[in-house]
Amino acid sequence: MMVEQISIFIENKSGRLAEVSRILGDAGVNIRALSLADTSDFGILRLIVNDRDKAMAALKGKGFTVNKTVVVAVEVPDQPGGLASILQVLDSETINVEYMYAFVERCGSNAVIIFRFDETEKAIAVLAAKGFNMLEGERLYGI
Amino acid sequence: MTTYFNEEFETLPRTALEALQLMRLKSAVERVYNNVPFYRTAYDSARIRPDSVTSLEDLQRLPFTTKQNMRDSYPYGLFAVPMEEIVRIHASSGTTGKPTVVGYTRKDISNWADLMARSLVTASVHKGDIIHNAYGYGLFTGGLGAHYGAEQLGASVIPISGGNTKRQIMIMEDFSSTVLTCTPSYSLFLAEEAKAGGVDFRNLKLRVGIFGAEPWSESMRSEIEAKLNLTALDIYGLSEIMGPGVAQECFEGKCGLHIWEDHFIPEIINPETGERVAEGEKGELVITTITKQGIPLIRYRTRDITSITYEPCVCGRTHARIARMSGRSDDMMIIRGVNVFPSQIESILVRIEGVEPHYLLIVDRKENLDTLEVQVEVDEQIFSDEIKVLQGLSKRIEKEIKDMLGVTCTVKLVEPKTIQRSEGKAQRVIDKRAL
Repeated sequence: MMVEQISIFIENKSGRLAEVSRILGDAGVNIRALSLADTSDFGILRLIVNDRDKAMAALKGKGFTVNKTVVVAVEVPDQPGGLASILQVLDSETINVEYMYAFVERCGSNAVIIFRFDETEKAIAVLAAKGFNMLEGERLYGI
Repeated sequence: MTTYFNEEFETLPRTALEALQLMRLKSAVERVYNNVPFYRTAYDSARIRPDSVTSLEDLQRLPFTTKQNMRDSYPYGLFAVPMEEIVRIHASSGTTGKPTVVGYTRKDISNWADLMARSLVTASVHKGDIIHNAYGYGLFTGGLGAHYGAEQLGASVIPISGGNTKRQIMIMEDFSSTVLTCTPSYSLFLAEEAKAGGVDFRNLKLRVGIFGAEPWSESMRSEIEAKLNLTALDIYGLSEIMGPGVAQECFEGKCGLHIWEDHFIPEIINPETGERVAEGEKGELVITTITKQGIPLIRYRTRDITSITYEPCVCGRTHARIARMSGRSDDMMIIRGVNVFPSQIESILVRIEGVEPHYLLIVDRKENLDTLEVQVEVDEQIFSDEIKVLQGLSKRIEKEIKDMLGVTCTVKLVEPKTIQRSEGKAQRVIDKRAL
């Protein structure tokens, strides 16, 4: 039920994002999903990739600070109200979302929402009980 | 015609001045040997008997006293009198977050007031002047030091202290202040704020400004004089030795600061070798206090870089003049009048991060105020995938530095290895202030 995401610290200056994607490209790493959170000074790039270990080794080798975090990928129907249906459940169970991002599956009619919770286990239990489909990491990495 | 506060002592012929210094030096060495274990141990192990000091030249045989020695004796270890005789305690920032503590007897306070009054008169201040004293009052010696001197002289002193700049300008204007005492950078900040508020310094009564507690330059002097419409003079002092009023630039000569040699013996040394340098050559200022009772210091290394001249001065004072301070022989920074060592910031970072941090301090001067940026490299130890965690870390470092050192800074998180690694000693400070 858990998905591993890698996060990279980047300074808010030109060319850094290009540098990260070039390093990953050279290492033959495929990016499945990404989100960038930024402040005026720095940003945090979060990635789901096909090969975490290779990605981390390549980035660390180039001097980047990288870490791994566990996130949850939830499948929702790609239609109006899809996201709202999950958020409502989380809200009623008072589960905090630290951050989230989404992508649409290449084939199929579902969207995938990546969540970072402060209480991951509890969130998984609640979502499972409400019948939401959560994707295994292996499935996501291999999309 | 020069006006003096104490003409006899200020114009003592060199031979008489040196005879007085020797007499006072002998007594000071005797007192520290008998009353301060630190000095007794130091002199015993160097096989120096206090009565073997028989000339001013003999001073060179005595070991130095350093800020580290004061730190090791924290808080009262170097006091030479029982606590019952101490009537005032001041402190300045030290290198580990612990301040350097100094104590004054009643006689020390009165000597300080006299020397500060003498400094004020040297800067042409007289009875009837209204002194706007914007040095900070508190543990820092600036505010109270200048205040007591002003009262001793009989001038009217406004104990405004620092901060609340708009109100300062109103008071300066309404109270007809004639003398301004503050840090040079604050004077320029006052000028900017006054201008923004539509106040023209040409309409104010200010005549002379006495500026110290941080490094400044001749070009800053010209700027201050133009913007504040006054004569800007340099004052020198440090809490370890006394506080403001150790040396003062005279209104008449405006060329170097008279160091009050009837109370202090100055030497200029090569900071590497410890040997004295020739007159006029740059080196580190070393001061011996010869009248202080509370905490007399023998050959205290100020770490300030200057030169000295014994040439006669147009003002008629016979006391030697030291040049404007041109830097430090250690890595101490003076930021808005506050002493800051990189090691202090490093110890705060170590405590927060739990590891040896890579950091860089960037000091600049923006709109006439010193700014400090602390760049910290983000390694895996402190990195988080959440923005709020990293922002919280920056805030915490800023707060700790403010709380421990009294300096406002901004923390900038940077990628690893962006801070240059140098062989040997890492460069920790970039000072962009054009002084």
